[in-house]
Amino acid sequence: MSHSSAVSGPLPTIPPILALAIRPLPLFPLQLVLSGFLQNILRRNPGLLDRLGEHRRARFGIKPVDLPFAFVVEAAPPRLLVVRELPQNLDARVSASLANLLALVEGRVDGDALMFSRQLGIEGDVEAVLALRNAIDDAGLDLAGELASLFGPLGGPARRSFEFARDRLTGSPGEPR
Amino acid sequence: MELICPAGTPAALRSAIDAGADAVYCGFNDETNARNFPGLNFSRDELRKGIAFAHGRGAKILVAINTFPRASATALWQRAVDDAVEAGADALIVADIGLMDYVARRHPNQRLHVSVQAAAANPDAIAFYVETFGARRVVLPRVLSVAEIAEIMRETRCETEVFVFGGLCVMAEGRCSLSSYATGKSPNMQGVCSPASHVAYEETGRGTTSRLGGFTINCFAPQEAAGYPTLCKGRFSTALGDGYIFEDPVSLDATTLLAGLRSAGVAALKIEGRQRGRAYIESVVRHFRRALDTLEDGSEADIVSLTPFTEGQASTLGAYRKTWR
Repeated sequence: MSHSSAVSGPLPTIPPILALAIRPLPLFPLQLVLSGFLQNILRRNPGLLDRLGEHRRARFGIKPVDLPFAFVVEAAPPRLLVVRELPQNLDARVSASLANLLALVEGRVDGDALMFSRQLGIEGDVEAVLALRNAIDDAGLDLAGELASLFGPLGGPARRSFEFARDRLTGSPGEPR
Repeated sequence: MELICPAGTPAALRSAIDAGADAVYCGFNDETNARNFPGLNFSRDELRKGIAFAHGRGAKILVAINTFPRASATALWQRAVDDAVEAGADALIVADIGLMDYVARRHPNQRLHVSVQAAAANPDAIAFYVETFGARRVVLPRVLSVAEIAEIMRETRCETEVFVFGGLCVMAEGRCSLSSYATGKSPNMQGVCSPASHVAYEETGRGTTSRLGGFTINCFAPQEAAGYPTLCKGRFSTALGDGYIFEDPVSLDATTLLAGLRSAGVAALKIEGRQRGRAYIESVVRHFRRALDTLEDGSEADIVSLTPFTEGQASTLGAYRKTWR
């Protein structure tokens, strides 16, 4: 069951003081978890690669504008890096708040609407970004479920922790904002 | 009135039906439909499954095969027709008269709708499609006022479908060549207006600059609402000053006109946006389902604003309420 209830209002950003506090943290542990997360998602949702089509080998830079790090993501073969600054050799860059990026991945916000309200920035290969957006939107990803499946017997607590953090950030399903 | 909703993916199709669509329109993942964007649309297998899903919930699937076949490739469009019929489509939405002729001859029992791309804007044009190809419904172009629609309805027995929400084309639909001029790809023959492969965004100190095929279309200040990167919604410098010379970035929203459209005799209301995500589909379809239900039972409408989903964060009644004539 995906977390799909649409939100239409602006979502909150990470407080700058919190972003500052996590700046010194090492990135490798996060990269380890997120790499497994990405591989899990691609294994459980093969349709994602089909919809990405010729763009499946594109190198995407994802920048949460309210966090002191960014992600470099490739779908085929699956690869995810957590970096302080995005490198130059990317096919496309996508930037938005963490809440909007999470909601976009779960299909809770509309990418075009975020563009219209200037909450989403795109640079580089727009076609690749469009293919990625459409592939993700069709997949109906349940990030909490994907995370839970990664943690085996600890899946339940992992799911609840993620849902708590996400709902604090983006609101509960169906909750008006 | 029926509520006709867009779907660019199987997930969007399910969202539309769950949100209250009476029918969903969609297309194959090739140039036979007018929303031929990367990662969008349906394979043959996805269409069959989508139709089974819809029919299981009492909804219909209308398949848009609404671009104009190229002389050297008509087989692609004819195969799309055959496959949609074989999959059990409730209706085909077609723009080209050659393809309509193919549908009428090869699949005489298949329900045929005239696409908005055909730009049938008067009773004589509609009568031609009805008498020649047996068309059962015409999707009216977005150039008519409510009064003009009522005039048309007095002179035709054909069902009419009108747009009530979403993107607007300022040009005669099916005939615009602005995007073709800038990119070499035709919205009408290859199904892609402002193809993403030709769009570029650049962040500068002044804001975001959008380009299409090398032409600078607009430059949005950091907090300024934006629109699609189409030439018709570009902001240009002319001898008269800077501004939107064709059309502002704005979306149609005819929520307040539903009663008038029903009185005019309209059979179906259409939401634009096969290129949009599930969040748009779910919210906009639910909005119009509620608006239609309250119209039917006369209850008090409790309608939320759709502004966050609109281009330029603004809406218009478009040609339905013409103020420029």
